[in-house]
Amino acid sequence: MSVAADNPALTSSLLYLDGVCVTFDGYRALRGLSLVLAPGEMRAIIGPNGAGKTTMMDIVTGKTRADSGDVYFGGGHDLSRLDEATIAELGVGRKFQKPTVFESHTVDDNILLALKAPRTAAATLFGRRPPAERERIDRILETTRLKDHRARRAADLSHGQKQWLEIGMLLAQDPKLLLVDEPVAGMTDAETAQTAELLREIAKDHSVVVVEHDMAFVRDLGVKVTVLHEGSVLAEGALDDVSADPRVIEVYLGR
Amino acid sequence: MLEKVNKREARNREGISVRARRIVLQLAFALFAATLLASFASSARADAFDDAMAGFATDKFPEIEQAIGDLVATGAPSAPAILDALAGNRLMFDPDEGKVYIANDNDEYFDPRTGEKVAVESPDDLKKVRLNNAVRAALQAAQGAMSLMAPDPARRLSSANEIFKSRDPAALPQLDAAIAAEKSPGVKRALGEARAAIVAGDSATPEAERLAAVETLKSRGDQDSAGILTNIASSATGRVKAAASAASGAIQARLALWSNVQNVFYGLSLGSVLLLAAIGLAITFGVMGVINMAHGEMVMLGAYVTFATQQAIRAWAPGLFDYSLLIAVPLAFVATGLVGVAIERSIIRFLYGRPLETLLATFGLSLLLQQAVRTAFGANNREVGAPAFMAGSFDFGGVAITSGRLWIIVFALAVFFALQLVLRATPFGLRVRAVTQNRRMASAMGIDTNRVDALAFGLGSGIAGMAGVALSQIDNVSPNLGQSYIIDSFLVVVFGGVGNLWGTLVAALTLGIANKLLEPLIGAVLGKIAMLVFIILFIQKRPRGLFALKGRAVEA
Amino acid sequence: MGDAKLLDFKGLVFVAVLAAAAAIVPALTLFTPTASPLHVPPYLVALFGKYLCFALLALALDLVWGYCGILSLGHGAFFALGGYAMGMYLMRQIGSRGVYANPDLPDFMVFLNWKAVPFTWWGFSSFPYALAMALLVPGALAFAFGWLAFRSRVTGVYLSIITQAMTYALQLAFFRNDMGFGGNNGLTDFKDILGFNVQSDATRAALFSLSAIALIGAYLAARAMTVSKFGKVVIAIRDAESRARFIGYRVENYKIAVFVVSAVMAGVAGALYVPQVGIINPGEFAPANSIEAVIWVSVGGRGTLVGAALGAILVNFAKTWFTGALPEFWLFALGLLFIVVTIFMPRGLLGLFDSRRAAPAKAAALKSAPTAGEAAQ
Repeated sequence: MSVAADNPALTSSLLYLDGVCVTFDGYRALRGLSLVLAPGEMRAIIGPNGAGKTTMMDIVTGKTRADSGDVYFGGGHDLSRLDEATIAELGVGRKFQKPTVFESHTVDDNILLALKAPRTAAATLFGRRPPAERERIDRILETTRLKDHRARRAADLSHGQKQWLEIGMLLAQDPKLLLVDEPVAGMTDAETAQTAELLREIAKDHSVVVVEHDMAFVRDLGVKVTVLHEGSVLAEGALDDVSADPRVIEVYLGR
Repeated sequence: MLEKVNKREARNREGISVRARRIVLQLAFALFAATLLASFASSARADAFDDAMAGFATDKFPEIEQAIGDLVATGAPSAPAILDALAGNRLMFDPDEGKVYIANDNDEYFDPRTGEKVAVESPDDLKKVRLNNAVRAALQAAQGAMSLMAPDPARRLSSANEIFKSRDPAALPQLDAAIAAEKSPGVKRALGEARAAIVAGDSATPEAERLAAVETLKSRGDQDSAGILTNIASSATGRVKAAASAASGAIQARLALWSNVQNVFYGLSLGSVLLLAAIGLAITFGVMGVINMAHGEMVMLGAYVTFATQQAIRAWAPGLFDYSLLIAVPLAFVATGLVGVAIERSIIRFLYGRPLETLLATFGLSLLLQQAVRTAFGANNREVGAPAFMAGSFDFGGVAITSGRLWIIVFALAVFFALQLVLRATPFGLRVRAVTQNRRMASAMGIDTNRVDALAFGLGSGIAGMAGVALSQIDNVSPNLGQSYIIDSFLVVVFGGVGNLWGTLVAALTLGIANKLLEPLIGAVLGKIAMLVFIILFIQKRPRGLFALKGRAVEA
Repeated sequence: MGDAKLLDFKGLVFVAVLAAAAAIVPALTLFTPTASPLHVPPYLVALFGKYLCFALLALALDLVWGYCGILSLGHGAFFALGGYAMGMYLMRQIGSRGVYANPDLPDFMVFLNWKAVPFTWWGFSSFPYALAMALLVPGALAFAFGWLAFRSRVTGVYLSIITQAMTYALQLAFFRNDMGFGGNNGLTDFKDILGFNVQSDATRAALFSLSAIALIGAYLAARAMTVSKFGKVVIAIRDAESRARFIGYRVENYKIAVFVVSAVMAGVAGALYVPQVGIINPGEFAPANSIEAVIWVSVGGRGTLVGAALGAILVNFAKTWFTGALPEFWLFALGLLFIVVTIFMPRGLLGLFDSRRAAPAKAAALKSAPTAGEAAQ
């Protein structure tokens, strides 16, 4: 907390990364990555393969521990000390690159499991279900256009529908921050456009970080862009400014 | 009261031993002379022999004692048998005729000179040649002296070692005589050590000689010498006490060191066995990610190939027996390798990416293979012989090294490095590594991944088969052979770090040595349990083993 | 929403058949004349009583493997520990009727020249204490093991291998005479249980009924767990562990809970098994036994509970038949069963008969019938 107290950039931020380094077997995945996200902000992160995008998400969600550097959430929570479940309960949701849903559960049950509710074993075993549960699930299925598929097993959904279901699960969690990893990979153009719309809608009352390769999609989102390269930030700003940056063209766009 | 008796006994014994010494000294010289003269003095010997026999045929202890010395002095070939009979109360004499006989348990009688069976008219009239303490001492001394002078050096050596253990001061004169006569340096040293063992503890001996004896014992340096020196240290005084206690300490320290070195050798040996058993698994499980519960049965098949090879050699080419293992190694590799390829094509390939199902299917396979071998070869253990070069042992410093175990260590390392070479330096190895690292990319580049899978699995199985050849030398060859290795093998691979051959090597040797160092402290079973518990706990700490690959790729 | 009922059709039939057997079989064996066609010979009662214990073990294993994806190759250890707890009670009941007629010490302790019972045996003269131990010891071991393994995220085959190492280590430990559990020979020569002769037909019949009732109870408990939201989380963990973590579930706690419940059920199975077979020895800890239990679950269909129990009964029935008729072929049959079931019937017998759902490549658990019906449309 002492760090938080004397650092205005930190106290006012939702997500605060400073000088984060991660090394895997001598390979330096992150080299002093620093990034600040304001509450309510939506940010797109782009960068070539190996730039450290997914590792950054691993750091924020507690999957990987940083070798050095600060990772703070909501102004004071030191994420480097917490495990995945605690971080999730603090309000960080994550969508994987490869859609990851509970395949043998129905769409309904997938959302149900993600709904904000006590997560302990005792609560799920003996707890009573709140009556409003059903409505909340309905609302989320509406948003993610999955209402007609609610009784289907997640394994039977199309690729795009699984992506949406996963985003739906994030919404059900009602997190303060959503980390979305390549949400439109493998989608048709129509699906991509719909997804962009969906994310913009979500961004109205959530902070979102989107990692994406698809430049058209990033342009669709119309938000501030951070370019990662070799584990640190290369450039930051509006997409047009960033894409004009000669260094960015050199490492990423130009090739 | 008790003390008095003890003192009297001691005095008595001393008296006896002085007399015994005198006799022995005489007879040692006599014996020496007799052996020299034996060839051309046979007639004289005949008379002397009869004289000695006459001495036995009295009922007087001093004359019997004298007769023992006379008998030894004749150097008669039958002398040992006569002394044995005397010691066993089987030497009889006829008080009327003065004739002596050797009796056996069936009341048959033999002529002492020729050993031929003779008829005795009235056996009931015969009397036993009697023994008292003095005669018994003379008898023992004579027996010892005879074996100290025996023509066979091994016999002389063992006799010297016996005296070393008994430390009977009565043997000192014969020892001195024997040392003077001894030619073989090894036996001479043993005799000298036996003498030192007696002298060092004898308070009557001059201090300088005792100190020298302590030195001799120290240089012998085994557990027995340490025991003698500890005894001396507690009973002696002055410089001898100090020297003895220092020498005993030095020996103990060195022995403890050697015993650790010996345990390390045992550990290396166990480690190499673990390595052999695990190394094939390091390919199939470690590199390919296939859980092959039938791996142990591949080892078992290799052992049976060895058995079959030896049977064939015994039947058709007995001269090749010493090469049977060399012949069995490639045969076992090919045979189990082919079985491995067959397994991969018929079962494993349907189960890639489903490790738990693979585990179950291959466990079923292991049951099938065990039962098949049981049906074909029977449930009993099969005898696999050891060629000459695998038998025997030698001492290296204070460590006893069995040739068989040494060869297995060498073989295990050879297999390990050969495998490394295959994987690192051949096109096949390159393909295996490519497929295991990125199957789709390898496939896109024109590598026939199915073929590589089958061959790699065959390679792992073939190595298990070669391991079976080695293990047939130290374990029972039975259908259950493989079962005893499978859990250990998996633990070695997991402990070492999956996908890392060097990790497997280090893990196998570490576990082997740790196990053998633990064994003397807590026993074999507890040692084994301790290792299992250690690995279970270790995996909690480092789920990916000692030398784990880190990073995202591993978890994907 | 489409929540499954506690008892679906399969479950209802299962419970009804077991309940009927628990009520009728003792009557048929005790009160019908031997010549009557309705008479159930006592040896069959004992045999099926044993099968029911195996069924309970299979059910316990299915709960962790079928629903939570934890392939335990060490469940035989929990079974054996429950069995030992009961065996120790039965040993204490022998009293002075042993070979050495020592009123305080079991025969093997007299043989080992021990002067007093070790503390591990204290209290085992009391049936409630022994029963509590039959539940607590397997539960505590499962908790300790799970607490270590699941918190350090040991999963998949690694977990399977160390569960196997666990039961192997226990087997070695129980072989030791110094452990004070009868060493190699284990515990046997039991005389009576709660004052009833363990060998008598009436006791056997009662034990059979108790086994059936225990199986019903365990089934209902397992079913209640799996259809609750807790069960959905457990299945979610099986399907996508990291996703479950990232939406905030403490995966390790769920796994520990399921593992402990399952171990306790296995302990109960062992405790019921020992008085019916009359012996418990370290062989019960053999890793191969635990793997065999896995195949029972596989044969019946994992993630179905009912299937697991049926699989245990079927496979063991086959084993009894084979070892009587074709002893040398039993291992061939069992080996083939392992291979055929894993390759061709990943969802087991119950999966084969459940035609309402197309078999997905990935062997997924069956869920409640109504939702499956909707899904097919």
